[in-house]
Amino acid sequence: MTSPAVSTVGAGRVLANRVLVTLLIAGLAAAWLLPFASMSPNRLASGQSVALGGALTMWQAAGMLVLTVMLGLAALQRPLSRRLAHGVTLTASLALLLITLYALGDYAQRTLVERSPSARVSQGAAFWVIVFCCALAAIDTLQRHASGWITRLGYAALAGGAVAFLLASGHFRDLSIMREYANIRDTFSDQLLTHLGLVGAALGPALAIGVPLGLLAHRRARVRGTLFSVLNVFQTIPSIALFALLVAPLSALGNAFPFLAELGIKGIGAAPAIIALVMYALLPVVRNTYSGLKGVPPATVEAARGMGMTQRQVLWRVEIPLALPVMLSGLRIVTVQAIGLTVVAALIGAGGLGAFIFQGLGQYAIDLVLLGAIPTIVLAVIADFMLQMLVALSQPAGTR
Amino acid sequence: MTPRTMPRLAPRSVLLIVLGVLLVALVVGMEQLAPLFRAWFPDQNPAMYERESFLNLTLAHVALVLVSSLISVGVGVGAGLFVTRPAGREFAPLVSTLAAIGQTFPPAAVLAIVVPLAGFGFVPTLVALILYGLLPVVQNTVAGLGTVPPQTLEAARGNGMSAWQILWHIELPLAMRVIVAGVRVSVIINIGTATIGSTVGATTLGTPIIAGLVGNNLPYVIQGALLVGLLAIVTDLAFERLERRFSFGASGATP
Repeated sequence: MTSPAVSTVGAGRVLANRVLVTLLIAGLAAAWLLPFASMSPNRLASGQSVALGGALTMWQAAGMLVLTVMLGLAALQRPLSRRLAHGVTLTASLALLLITLYALGDYAQRTLVERSPSARVSQGAAFWVIVFCCALAAIDTLQRHASGWITRLGYAALAGGAVAFLLASGHFRDLSIMREYANIRDTFSDQLLTHLGLVGAALGPALAIGVPLGLLAHRRARVRGTLFSVLNVFQTIPSIALFALLVAPLSALGNAFPFLAELGIKGIGAAPAIIALVMYALLPVVRNTYSGLKGVPPATVEAARGMGMTQRQVLWRVEIPLALPVMLSGLRIVTVQAIGLTVVAALIGAGGLGAFIFQGLGQYAIDLVLLGAIPTIVLAVIADFMLQMLVALSQPAGTR
Repeated sequence: MTPRTMPRLAPRSVLLIVLGVLLVALVVGMEQLAPLFRAWFPDQNPAMYERESFLNLTLAHVALVLVSSLISVGVGVGAGLFVTRPAGREFAPLVSTLAAIGQTFPPAAVLAIVVPLAGFGFVPTLVALILYGLLPVVQNTVAGLGTVPPQTLEAARGNGMSAWQILWHIELPLAMRVIVAGVRVSVIINIGTATIGSTVGATTLGTPIIAGLVGNNLPYVIQGALLVGLLAIVTDLAFERLERRFSFGASGATP
């Protein structure tokens, strides 16, 4: 659906790249109409809006203007060739993103020097829209250019590295969200590890149970229908209900056998969370194992048998290697899903990044909510990206 | 998949009817089970959630999901149609990528980000549900329209059908099963996310669950979770039937 049709589109039009034009208009409208930042006298008071124009220094404004004009020219593709326009878009959108981030941190630093130490500067809606539009412009251009994995990975690493550098340099230290982070720094790394630990603790059993079940579904057609129906029911039940329904039997178990409670098997905490995550993870693991094995050509299996391989050898040396890409995409679905569901596990006392979200919602502390939500999203996107690469790498040499 | 045969269809319909009746009975008559919960949890007082009737909670939950899903489907199918027409084809790769990346975002995190921006309560939860529910619908609309064979479209054009006629009589009917599958995913996710919406002030079936978890009252938790779990399962079974109705002959349904 992508490159050939798209690359010829717009060759002779005035607006050669209408996606970029749309994004530019959205970004400019946001910069014009929405607040870029907000200033409040303390942590809980509601802020007063600051427009983009009021927050920038001279050179920042000039830089943003130049980059916007460059993006406009790239969208027209008039004096620039298509290839050059792509290069300009990629460079200018990243630069614009970084200037926007830098300007926000810089504004917070400049403003708070002359205010009381309890004053807070937060990012506003225009900030988010500009960052979002820059990211979309880059993603769209990478697709138009039909860039390979290496270009995309390199670009993502460059952008991620630059943002990480700004974060690590302490440039944002006066931003409200980073002050909130400074308060919870120690708990933050604990909860992050708890979050990852829960996901890991669920993935192990899910694979250990799911892969053999997928094999069973492949070998025994009779159990297949029932198995998938039951697993589908697990996926259907809302996460919070499944977590909560496990609280009752586990607390009964813990009460009846105190030694189990001492092992951590009780109503709330990690045990029900991990069990629920495993139940959710089973359907994608089993389904992808099954369809991966089903996709192995029967002639290949036949040939392996003809060479005198035992059934076990056929499984390990032929079927599983060929089914691996599909099985790994199941792992990808499950990992991303588990990272998200673990947020909800905080409600039953299992901890994780969700703890900040629900704590923040309870205190109307939006920064705390964002400190839970943004890292969760970043974790999910990184896991998705890495497992996508793994799937690509696991393709058998002949089919790559 | 082998084509499903009649004997395998029947038990599913029975299951749908039985669970549907059970759901309605529990929604209306949960209060009648109070003695049961009191016997089960003798130390828990009260052992029955009474701050709001389960009928009202269920209706509020269903209304939230229904309104958000209707808007998601309208906007999502519209966006899917736009990017598959000549005028919008340029936006197709970006929209597809956005739908794919967006779905890796945890629904709970999306809810948590949208809600403070828009205030607490029904409307912000609705906005979050619409935004998240859009993605599977867009993705499946684009995918479904993509499965229509080009020869079929060519033949329709050759017969002198207008673009509208082709869309209405050829493309949409052929893509319908995949689109409905997307709506199913969207609705099921929304039922779950609406439950979490009770942590941000929306009244849903999640309200007794959260009240029970916060107040350490297991009966509340069980009552809410039972109803919302049943609601999701019944909805899913109903969609399964609907999807099957739109499959033409060869069933491509995944298990």
